[in-house]
Amino acid sequence: MYVAVKGGEAAIDNAHRLLAETRRGDPAVPELTVAQIREQMTLLVDRVMAEGSLYDPDLAALALKQARGDVVEAVFLVRAFRTTLPRFGASKPVDTGAMAVARRVSATFKDLPGGQVLGPTFDYTHRLIDFALAAAGTVEPAAEAEPRDDAGTCPRVTDLLAQDGLIEPSPPDDGAPVGDLTREPVDYPADRALRLQALARGDEGFVLGLGYSTQRGYGRTHPFVGEVRVGDVAVEFVPEELGFPVPLGRIRLTECQMVNQFTGSGTTPPQFTRGYGLTFGQSERKAMAMALVDRALRAAELGEPVTSPAQDQEFVLAHCDSLQATGFVEHLKLPHYVDFQAELELVRRLRAEFFRDSDSVQEAAE
Amino acid sequence: MATSPLHQGRDESAARRAVMALCADASRDDLDAALQTLAAPPIEDLRPPETGLVMATGRIGGDGRPFNLGEVSVTRAAIRLPDGATGFAYHLGRDRMKARLAATLDALWQDPSRRARVEDALRSAAEKAEAARHRAARRTAATRVDFLTLARGED
Repeated sequence: MYVAVKGGEAAIDNAHRLLAETRRGDPAVPELTVAQIREQMTLLVDRVMAEGSLYDPDLAALALKQARGDVVEAVFLVRAFRTTLPRFGASKPVDTGAMAVARRVSATFKDLPGGQVLGPTFDYTHRLIDFALAAAGTVEPAAEAEPRDDAGTCPRVTDLLAQDGLIEPSPPDDGAPVGDLTREPVDYPADRALRLQALARGDEGFVLGLGYSTQRGYGRTHPFVGEVRVGDVAVEFVPEELGFPVPLGRIRLTECQMVNQFTGSGTTPPQFTRGYGLTFGQSERKAMAMALVDRALRAAELGEPVTSPAQDQEFVLAHCDSLQATGFVEHLKLPHYVDFQAELELVRRLRAEFFRDSDSVQEAAE
Repeated sequence: MATSPLHQGRDESAARRAVMALCADASRDDLDAALQTLAAPPIEDLRPPETGLVMATGRIGGDGRPFNLGEVSVTRAAIRLPDGATGFAYHLGRDRMKARLAATLDALWQDPSRRARVEDALRSAAEKAEAARHRAARRTAATRVDFLTLARGED
């Protein structure tokens, strides 16, 4: 248990001044601007937005600057900032089918209506350090081509499979209220909507590790990437005073449709099942891992044995939040003097008893 | 969009939303420049510009039950013109000045006698947004890939 302590004000002030100077680094090197971080560390900014659960690239970039590039610290800053703001309401659900696609690939079909576009990807690069980047220089402009006629209409791969009944439908929108873990503590069992909210803001490393564990046999789901798409979607919100959906602007999202092996029963024919991932910004790794874990967490619903960590929703949901995890782990370094004193006294007493007893045993033996 | 007035061929509400979408995508400088050309009357805040949050929702599987994806920062403004007309704006981000400019444009646009001039003032912002979308689509199109399946050796 942590008991409050007093004192150390001057040392703490000075530590924070030292932090500020350390954050700045060598003053002979030009200072980073928030715009530079936003424009040139985009995937890092995206990660802070996803795990901070707040889409605001400028704010995430500033948080990264303040946090010396530490993702979890930046997430902490963003989460703290959001608590100072009022909630106007909830958006209309975004339509990822109408996404202006910047990247879209499928591992299940090579020919798709709308086509596959690679976009700005690390895939197929050789992962050799590019020393030319160490020197500032101009960038060769990206190639351009006339979009083909079908570009711009990209039906989801799962919609194509669903036309033939080969894949289970998405759970229908029954108009029931949507749980929000930022408003109500999670009650177990949590429904799929709540689980997806937790995964969307969950730590990328943790969700990735869990997703990987399902591939290695801890809750296998036999996944195929039906589709990964990255692009911009419009967000709309209906303000009470207007009564119609107001376009707020566009946000970049990554969506993964995982197509998994079949279920079926005496009464329902075999069909593919689904795992779903959706994240702020461009993060295929996170969206794919999220889709794997989403599917694994449906084990009980689909009549599969629940034997592995990735299938255990209490394990996953209670531990996937980087801020909660870091809070509890890192609080251990704060002064625990009173607690530890009690432990010290206990261990001293137990040792005294141990030696007294062993002395008397020895005496009896002699 | 840029070549025909936004209010032609659409119902009133759809046209107003199209102007709102245009303002949401435009920069503060673009909106400021548009308003400069309109000799806008002095405005009064109906509600001071305010930054808050909207919970962005998605759908399970893209088309199913909604779920909460995460919040977006949103700034809103509501203004009144001297003649009593009101205008509203809700935008992603934290730019209060921009929200107030957009709310002013919304109020002016609702007056049918000013509508064409407002859309004219926004034309360059609309063209800029359209050009950016066009360029992004062309650069994406250049990365379109046709995968071929190779015959497997054991067959």
